[in-house]
Amino acid sequence: MVKKISTIPFKGTPDQKAQLDAVIAECKDDKSQLMHVMQEAQGIYGYLPREVQVMIAEGMDVPLEKVYGVATFYAQFSLSPKGEYDISVCLGTACYVKGSQQLTDKISEILGIAPGECTPDGKFSLEECRCIGACGLAPVFTINGEVYGKITADDVPGILAKYMND
Amino acid sequence: MYRSHVLVCGGTGCTSNHSGELIEALEKNIKEKGLEEEIKVVKTGCFGLCALGPIMIVYPEGCFYSEVNVDDIPEIVEEHLLKGRIVKRLLYKETVEAENVKPLSETNFYKKQHRVALRNCGVIDPENIEEYIAYDGYAALAKALTEMTPEDVIKTVIDSGLRGRGGGGFPTGRKWSFTAANKADQKYVVCNADEGDPGAFMDRSVLEGDPHCIVEAMTICGYATGATEGYVYVRAEYPIAVQRLQKAIDDARAYGLLGKNIFGSGFDFDLFIRLGAGAFVCGEETALMTSIEGNRGEPRPRPPYPAVKGLFGKPTTENNVETFANIPQIILHGAEFFNTMGTETSKGTKVFALGGKINNTGLVEVPMGTTLREIVEDIGGGIPNGKKFKAAQSGGPSGGCLPASLLDIEIDYDNLVARGAMMGSGGLIVMDEDDCMVDIAKFFLKFTVDESCGKCTPCRVGTRRLLEILEKITSGNGTMEDLDRMEYLCKYIKENSLCGLGQTAPNPVLSTYQFFKDEYIAHVVDKKCPAGACKDLVNFEIIPDLCKGCTKCARNCPVGAIEGSVKQVHTIDTAKCIKCGACIDNCPFKAIIKK
Repeated sequence: MVKKISTIPFKGTPDQKAQLDAVIAECKDDKSQLMHVMQEAQGIYGYLPREVQVMIAEGMDVPLEKVYGVATFYAQFSLSPKGEYDISVCLGTACYVKGSQQLTDKISEILGIAPGECTPDGKFSLEECRCIGACGLAPVFTINGEVYGKITADDVPGILAKYMND
Repeated sequence: MYRSHVLVCGGTGCTSNHSGELIEALEKNIKEKGLEEEIKVVKTGCFGLCALGPIMIVYPEGCFYSEVNVDDIPEIVEEHLLKGRIVKRLLYKETVEAENVKPLSETNFYKKQHRVALRNCGVIDPENIEEYIAYDGYAALAKALTEMTPEDVIKTVIDSGLRGRGGGGFPTGRKWSFTAANKADQKYVVCNADEGDPGAFMDRSVLEGDPHCIVEAMTICGYATGATEGYVYVRAEYPIAVQRLQKAIDDARAYGLLGKNIFGSGFDFDLFIRLGAGAFVCGEETALMTSIEGNRGEPRPRPPYPAVKGLFGKPTTENNVETFANIPQIILHGAEFFNTMGTETSKGTKVFALGGKINNTGLVEVPMGTTLREIVEDIGGGIPNGKKFKAAQSGGPSGGCLPASLLDIEIDYDNLVARGAMMGSGGLIVMDEDDCMVDIAKFFLKFTVDESCGKCTPCRVGTRRLLEILEKITSGNGTMEDLDRMEYLCKYIKENSLCGLGQTAPNPVLSTYQFFKDEYIAHVVDKKCPAGACKDLVNFEIIPDLCKGCTKCARNCPVGAIEGSVKQVHTIDTAKCIKCGACIDNCPFKAIIKK
């Protein structure tokens, strides 16, 4: 899986670092908790820039290359920041046969970004995800975890408008 | 004592449909009417009929209200719960017969189902351990620990004929016996809840609807195999499942059902959750264990098998969620309870996630040997919009397509494999005449290319080359030699890949090629996509006899490809057309077709 690496300067706060340090202190004796620490770190910072990977590698006493290796292996870890509104279109089989590709196309067209990208103002990011398990509502997409089900491409502009005017 | 119980589905499907708000509104309205001592609202797991969500059932009447809206709640509380008058307009129409409410078990969707793994889903409050205990929960564990030896437990599981529900179909009892036979200072039990097969959601439903049965089953497995620790590896995409399972583990610990000296038997067992991070290959058992250890989830060669050298290098038994969900019932009721259901080689029941072009999308559990036709037509309620059944895809990215000519096969492990498909985890996606089988094969290949971990060359490079051939075909540039090369490459990848992901990756291509060869040839020779799904091979045309010259299509065309003046027949410039379909959607006279 190819991952986009962010060039945006890192803007972590001391408060975020304190939160991450607390997680690391709890887990550092058990190396198998590396993924857990990285998941928590992504929750704190929203993504895993190099600076955060270094903190984790030093804190957990594992090589940086291992942290980077794990970060690039799993779809969940992001090396670039997400938008304020993170849109995720399900490309599971049930959603695909019900037309989720058209949803992605429509959202891309409206926002002017391809999957994996973020709008220049940092407001929206778009990604394709694998089955969220709401196949009964296919096709679905989520915006910051809120699920929109049984959607057609025509419904998309109205839904996005709600967030655009925010 | 409550005089009435209102069960509201709290599964992912219904929660996404705002069932949480229904519960809040119900509780508020019930309180306003002063009925909180008489009526209890219970948030349960999945009822299965996700297509009609959000769902609620009112007992003792057994009224099945479907597609309920928050605005409907005051009426339900006022009319039904206060005055005892059923709100007929909200009843699932199949449950109404001649003014009477029919039991749910007599509706087409539920009639042929037999729930073993899902028996508590949609029945109990999954966050209440006492409700689970009231439904025979932990009785199987008590029986195993106090009346049976570990050998008895394994023998019962072997005799039951239970086979792994994650896809492989390996006999569960034998798997347990291998781990039991190995001596070690530490052994583990692992539950595979990394449900990566897109379109399958039975494991999630079990964890959400009946988490204690997994805790109980894993503890029994620990006793049988001599393990004292267990891990459940769950997808991070399933937050509700993770939260309920964690609560179940905490509650079981508080009740002494996990931890030291369970039931005073001297047996210790404890459980931990590990979250996956979105990698399909982690559903493969060795990759999953590598991931639990905190590494990139790459598979490793077997042997040594996990029963010898598994998690943290120790003997480990790994089973899928649905496999474990059957265990308590087998221990409690004996092997015969289970092996009298199903077919010669596949015993018991199987849960299928019905999705795609089918009316009743949702979860169904049927005895092995039920025919595909019964599942699609009777339980699933057929194909929407009067379209024709074309194929059912079973087994996800590792499986294959079953065409209409195979609708009458009895579904079990061996029948599916013999026809180039596989059980997989039980995802069953129905497709109609608008779906192009080459495009579907391409869809699955894209998935495998994305998810290939990159460790072995046949899978990493081979699947990519295979995808390129499919892209060539769907863009109209394929040749007959490409088809031969495609078949050869499929065979090569199957034979030479390291793990199950690569070995099964060509299945979607091979099975669609086997059953829908005509469609492949139409793409290659005629440069046509018969289903009209492959954009590059489709042209839009206006039927002159139907066009009234209303100009609506021309006004909606984003690239100005449609010409014609008012009340004159319009034409499409195919060189400019980007095939977006805006004209078809906007034509009031259905005068535009894809060819």
